[in-house]
Amino acid sequence: MIRLASAARATLAAALLAAFAFVLIGPLANLALWSVAERWYTPFKLPVTYGTRYWEQVFRPTGDAMASLGTSVWIAVLTVVVALALSIPAGYALARLKLPMRALFMVMFLLPQAFPSVAIYINVARVFYQIGINGTVFAVVLVHAAHGLVYSVWIAAAAFAAVDKDLELAARNIGASPLRAFFTVTLPLAAPGIIASGIFVFLESLDEFTGTFFVGVPQVTTLPLLLYNAAMGGNYQVASITALILLVPSVLFMLFIERFLRADVLAKVGA
Amino acid sequence: MLSQRQLALILVAPGLLLVAALFLYPLGFSLISAFTKPDGSLTLDWFAKAYELYSTDIVFTVVIVLASCGLTALAAIVIAGTLTLGENPWIVGTLKALYRWPLFIPFIVAAQCMRTFLAKNGLMNNTFVSLGLMEPLSAVSYLDWRGIIATFVWKQTPFVALLLAGALASIDRATLEAGRNLGASRVRVLVELALPQVMPTLLVALVLSFVTMLSVLSVPMMVAGSQPTMLTVDMAFRINSYGDYATANALGVITYLISAGAAILYLKRGLSKEAAP
Repeated sequence: MIRLASAARATLAAALLAAFAFVLIGPLANLALWSVAERWYTPFKLPVTYGTRYWEQVFRPTGDAMASLGTSVWIAVLTVVVALALSIPAGYALARLKLPMRALFMVMFLLPQAFPSVAIYINVARVFYQIGINGTVFAVVLVHAAHGLVYSVWIAAAAFAAVDKDLELAARNIGASPLRAFFTVTLPLAAPGIIASGIFVFLESLDEFTGTFFVGVPQVTTLPLLLYNAAMGGNYQVASITALILLVPSVLFMLFIERFLRADVLAKVGA
Repeated sequence: MLSQRQLALILVAPGLLLVAALFLYPLGFSLISAFTKPDGSLTLDWFAKAYELYSTDIVFTVVIVLASCGLTALAAIVIAGTLTLGENPWIVGTLKALYRWPLFIPFIVAAQCMRTFLAKNGLMNNTFVSLGLMEPLSAVSYLDWRGIIATFVWKQTPFVALLLAGALASIDRATLEAGRNLGASRVRVLVELALPQVMPTLLVALVLSFVTMLSVLSVPMMVAGSQPTMLTVDMAFRINSYGDYATANALGVITYLISAGAAILYLKRGLSKEAAP
């Protein structure tokens, strides 16, 4: 009797796990199928003909996708540069120096995450339009960097806080200037956390849709905007292929994040 | 020579300036624009207009976001609970390998996935029909409020489950073991012993998810195009079709109010962590 009950429980658990796997993987499998479906219409449950015609179309050097990918990566790189240039000094000051109203400043960097962003972006777009920078890469980079600062400042502060102060003092004791101690001791030790925050900002920028939608149109087309236009235009193949391209960095990040972001840094985020 | 305080302020200033210019200024602007007429006098006209045109969407947005948060919490508790208290290594291992996949998937990709998966002839209905679980004629499209909720829950559950599993793993095992030894079922140990200890983590993860869902534009636009829709879509529509900033900003202020409770919880948590030594 007990064995029967445990067998029933095991079957139930396996069924639940299978259902969970279907719900989780199903949408992604549908995406992959669409990317290689040359013809797929009702009532067929699977594509009628498979092929890579749309991949060739997307990856053609003159194709929109390659241009959008280039724009996306260029914007993401610039966003990382801007975000790190602002968050390394800020993170160091927040972690190491005596700062009046420190808590207030930390919360200032959190604020953009605490409000729904669409209403903010429409007003940013209006201001950018007035000063004539709407629709430029520069404008999109600024919007992405402001969004990325939330992560990069908090992670940078945590990374600097995780560096042993005694090592800095030792460098100072043997005659290094404060700046030299920072660049030869503190910064290299904090680097893994800062690199992780940079990767995070890069991915956020690559995936960002709403801000680009308001600030970048019609001149700046990133991959998410291309995906949106293709999907709304009914071109499921191009939309699915673009979506798969966007998935690659995200999946790589998930596989590698543990190498960069050490547990002791993670534990200090927000500490 | 600069004092340490001055140096610190100089180092923090550029980052703060960017946040002030691209967050505080537009936030203030949206508040002013929502409450003033073109001649500068105070008015509630825009809220009246927003209410008249979009009252259904306001309710729809609140219901969608609350339902999504509730289902996300439930799914995350089941996953994190199984990961922490599960005794079958095979199930725990499979779950661990699977549950994180949507974590870093962009919302717009999730929306595209669901747009095809949940359609009337999407893979979900097709699979049910193939398995004999459903008649082909009874297949319906889920590309409406159900699709939005499904996409939000699919995308946010891994995030909440990850934080929750982390918190559960770090609580004292001895109390949980004691509960088990006294004959409590695993569900009871989870609900009565483990969950109360990790409530703050669950709350913060849900607050972040709540605000995120209120901010997403791509999912309601791509998964459910028709009426009723979410306030983000209405705001984009007011701007792109009419250039009507006043009503759009009134809708914006309504989204701030919806998220205000959530935001206060989140910021309070940030501050209390700050104040802790």
